[in-house]
Amino acid sequence: MSETHSSNSIGIVSPHKAVFEQPLTLASGITLPRYELVYETYGQLNADNSNAILVCHALSGNHHLAGKYSEADKSAGWWDNMIGPGKPIDTNRFFVIGVNNLGGCHGSTGPSSINPETGKPFGSAFPLVLVRDWVETQARLADRLGIGKFAAVIGGSLGGMQALRWTVAYPERVRHALVIAAAPKLTAQNIAFNDVARQAILTDPEFHGGDYYEHDVVPRRGLRLARMLGHITYLSDDGMGEKFGRLLRSGEYKYGFDVEFEIESYLRYQGDKFSGTFDANTYLLMTKALDYFDPARDFGGDLSKALARTQAGFLIVSFTSDWRFSPSRSREIVKALLDARKNVSYAEIESRHGHDAFLMEDAPYHAVMRAYLNRIAAEVNP
Amino acid sequence: MNKLRADLRCVADWIKPGMRVLDLGCGDGELLSALAREKQITGYGVEIDVSKMVHCVEKGLNVVQSDLESGLSAFESESFDYVVLSLTIQAMHNIEGILAEMLRVGKTGIVTFPNFGFWENRWQILCGRMPVSETIPYEWYNTPNIHFCTLGDFDRLLGKLGMKIEEQQVLHAGEKVELFPNLLGSLALVKFGRN
Repeated sequence: MSETHSSNSIGIVSPHKAVFEQPLTLASGITLPRYELVYETYGQLNADNSNAILVCHALSGNHHLAGKYSEADKSAGWWDNMIGPGKPIDTNRFFVIGVNNLGGCHGSTGPSSINPETGKPFGSAFPLVLVRDWVETQARLADRLGIGKFAAVIGGSLGGMQALRWTVAYPERVRHALVIAAAPKLTAQNIAFNDVARQAILTDPEFHGGDYYEHDVVPRRGLRLARMLGHITYLSDDGMGEKFGRLLRSGEYKYGFDVEFEIESYLRYQGDKFSGTFDANTYLLMTKALDYFDPARDFGGDLSKALARTQAGFLIVSFTSDWRFSPSRSREIVKALLDARKNVSYAEIESRHGHDAFLMEDAPYHAVMRAYLNRIAAEVNP
Repeated sequence: MNKLRADLRCVADWIKPGMRVLDLGCGDGELLSALAREKQITGYGVEIDVSKMVHCVEKGLNVVQSDLESGLSAFESESFDYVVLSLTIQAMHNIEGILAEMLRVGKTGIVTFPNFGFWENRWQILCGRMPVSETIPYEWYNTPNIHFCTLGDFDRLLGKLGMKIEEQQVLHAGEKVELFPNLLGSLALVKFGRN
């Protein structure tokens, strides 16, 4: 991922916490009696509360979208190149909200949180949550913040799926949806990759059925493998070849199983870094939310019917070298919207960065985003 | 709407208010935004060039980035009243394909193209040179155009495809030409439908 240090950063930010005592019945039928959500906001809400933008995060993301927690903070939020003063999602004009999804591991209630009933981490007792459950909790947070209708709901990958679900679940509460590098549902191949990742975690001897916290261990090896596999699917073959090729760390073959090729070094580094900071149960839960996502399912498999109720304007964006959620998956969404006679624009951005392209700074991509958001800004007149 | 380019102005005049319009190769969205403003049409554009697409998005238009050569499969049959293809057909490979697609998706097609039958073009050929003129501004070695035709040729192709001209207009230097259209018009505009 490119480390872009833009001068026009949002600056120092801090997270907030919202506690919800109203029980939430999940799609699975299980009820959570209470839960907490951590979130960050940037910019100012305008007088009629019409300039709010919700940014939904992907599998390993969180509520920290932009800015830093302190001057010493080495890295900024995960979408700092997109969000900030004068950036495409312009915090001078919009009130931007990032939420750590329910089930996450960055402060919102999730498997690693303490279960008030037992005084111990939820672990295996934490229910699976679906994209629609996240939308429900985000809607409650919006209520709390006094936001009736979002100027836009925006997300990439799993975040884009949340934006899409928002338009179906709350048509009247979304003015625009920006759905980036997403898909209307996972393919068998997508699910297969997710299951291999899950199996790596589930079969780790330190997983302990999900209750590893009690044993003071984490299934680090499993999570590490899951992340390594994930990373392969986030990059394109060309992009990987360009960056690493067959480069050897020492310049010659060592005839062993230690790190030799640069790509091995990269994947192991990413796996190690991730497995030290992310919760394995959250990873499992997020991949299941991906697998279950299928807004057409309630409409006889007809996506166009599912989207017929939406009132939002749509911007759909895909990237040419993304094979995890390829352009043809985005075109399925576009076609369904066209068939339903909705307002939709679609950009297919030339990129060698694979699925990760949605996080990168790229002139045409950012130009499309900026143009669409300018139009939203003009509508809500902040 | 007065600012609209002369050929687009003529196209706009053919389109009735409140209709659904698909503009293929919509460029920066000049025609669609004029039609939306003046005639309250519901419009969608198709454009391959992302920088032009950005201009459409800025104008608040619906635009789908796509290559016309790959067809119009994103669009449902009979979902538009008009399908417009302006100054693009001469650079396309599959002309019969796109014409058929236009009338699958829409009731009425509108195509504009440089008229190869224009007298200046004929004269230059007669003098032994490939024509370079107002509507064909390229030299033979750098032209993107691969399929030239005259107004008469286009009419014959429509006949072969079971389509017919409903209205036609030729222009030269932005002015309407009424006399000997296939000889005196450098730019042809054709509105067509099914037989």
